[in-house]
Amino acid sequence: MKISNELISQLSKLAKLEFKEGDFFAIKNDLKKILAFIKVLDKLDVSDVEPLSHISTEINILREDLIIDYKCKKSAMTNSPIKDSDYFKVKKVIKKLDKR
Amino acid sequence: MIKNNYTSVIGLEIHIQLSTKSKAYSADENIYGANPNTKISPISLAYPGTLPSVNTKLIEYALKLGISLECDINKKNIFSRKNYFYADLPKGYQITQDKNPICKGGHLLIDLEDGSKKKINLTRIHMEEDAGKSIHDIDPYNSLIDLNRAGVPLLEIVTEPEIRSSFEAQSFVNEIRKIVRYLDICNGNMEEGSLRCDANVSVMKENDKDFGTKVEIKNMNSTRNIKKAIDFEIDRQIELIEQGKFIVQETRNFNALTNATNSMRTKERADDYRYFTEPDLQPLILDEKYIQSIANDLPLLPNELERKFKKEFDLSSYDIKLLIEDKGISDYFQKICKIIKNYKLVANFVNGPIKSFLNTNSVPIDKLPIDRKKIIALLSFVDNKKISISSAQQIIFPKLLNSDLEVIEIIEKNNLFFENDSIDLEEIISKVLEKYTQKVIEYNEGKIGLIGLFMGEIMKITKGKIDPKKINTELKKELEKRKK
Repeated sequence: MKISNELISQLSKLAKLEFKEGDFFAIKNDLKKILAFIKVLDKLDVSDVEPLSHISTEINILREDLIIDYKCKKSAMTNSPIKDSDYFKVKKVIKKLDKR
Repeated sequence: MIKNNYTSVIGLEIHIQLSTKSKAYSADENIYGANPNTKISPISLAYPGTLPSVNTKLIEYALKLGISLECDINKKNIFSRKNYFYADLPKGYQITQDKNPICKGGHLLIDLEDGSKKKINLTRIHMEEDAGKSIHDIDPYNSLIDLNRAGVPLLEIVTEPEIRSSFEAQSFVNEIRKIVRYLDICNGNMEEGSLRCDANVSVMKENDKDFGTKVEIKNMNSTRNIKKAIDFEIDRQIELIEQGKFIVQETRNFNALTNATNSMRTKERADDYRYFTEPDLQPLILDEKYIQSIANDLPLLPNELERKFKKEFDLSSYDIKLLIEDKGISDYFQKICKIIKNYKLVANFVNGPIKSFLNTNSVPIDKLPIDRKKIIALLSFVDNKKISISSAQQIIFPKLLNSDLEVIEIIEKNNLFFENDSIDLEEIISKVLEKYTQKVIEYNEGKIGLIGLFMGEIMKITKGKIDPKKINTELKKELEKRKK
């Protein structure tokens, strides 16, 4: 797998991390090492092994459709840095719409 | 016309919010319109150490819809995480299904403009959860977040790109809406967002082999807007191609005020959602017996009901369409028809005054404030030619709505029984025709519309005490006599 500068900037976008242009070289090297480490697994022949999706063998853990009123609005809001009495607030996450 | 050289290619993605009591993977209440952030839990808020568990009804409703649309049911289901970052998605991922949706394939018959049907194939239906709601237009600096909707169960229905016009798209959504309401798994309310539709639209020249670049349209919150948005988009794309320009693959928002679509964001590279198996939810294995038990419990669906009504009641397609729009109405109609065998009369009364009351007051049929027995009594008086249909509709029905009186009491109090015997109809007809000798001549010369005038006069005098059909027959006889 080729590790390009574009790949690093795409991954940093997805991971919400910011790197300086100068750090790219070091990060590319780190990522190469990590991938090489994982690549060891390629030596195993797993052609007749079904992929494991879950560790436990339990299935069908279902819940009846019943309501629980957690009454946790107040405690949930205390963890929010910006808020009013009803809403969590975040910095505007939409560009100004065209004039309607 | 240039437009005729193009074919439009449309695929729909429809999200339906399931009307379960609690959320998909946690027990906080699933309800629209509650005070903000009151229907939340540590699970839907993604607090560390919490564990989701699947709501039984989510599975049941997915199967109901999948079986109704003749999908292949996938017996081994695993859930997946779809990762993306947004403030109204506390977990940072949505629990959904990726490679193995619960339903694959399937199809739906839709009505075309000429009354024929077209089969639209489905790609898949999968289970997922809704995000919270962001409100952008109240606070000028911040977006407000309400997490009541976070975790509400959804089914996403994806069609093959087989829809060829805005009309077909609208028809598809109408049909899905009807079906989910028949199945009682979603209220189908588009204004409240219980049923949402996105459309992928592209156009291609008549003989092209490959589809054109597609554009996704969002924010169409009524079936009328779906039609408008797609029409606008098709025209916009054809115009660009005719000008030799390219179509950009992007998401566009429909604006109901301008009837136009506007660019929201460009999809330069497909989003990278990094799907992987949801480790917090164990696999779901469905056995044949359970699937069969759901299948056995399904009600008759609109298309089946349409065939049944045609066969049993011999009504026009138009009458039937109106009757099967809503499950409550079609059930009600069938119950009355068990007793009153004049099906056309029942259909007219249900589609007429009853539906108009329900529409005006925005209430379902079970909120009609008249006992069904009284409606049956009323209609049997009409059917047995004891009172006129207009007395039933215009006098008795409104009085039944506003009082506890019995039908017979209202008829007697208002003196509405036909009195075919005590009134000399022949004499009245003669008097009226003598009064209008000139008009009678004109009528017999071919101005047959004048019969309305004579009828009106006679009805005024007989005050609805004689069956209009009888008057009509007698009147025609008399007029015939006066022909030279």
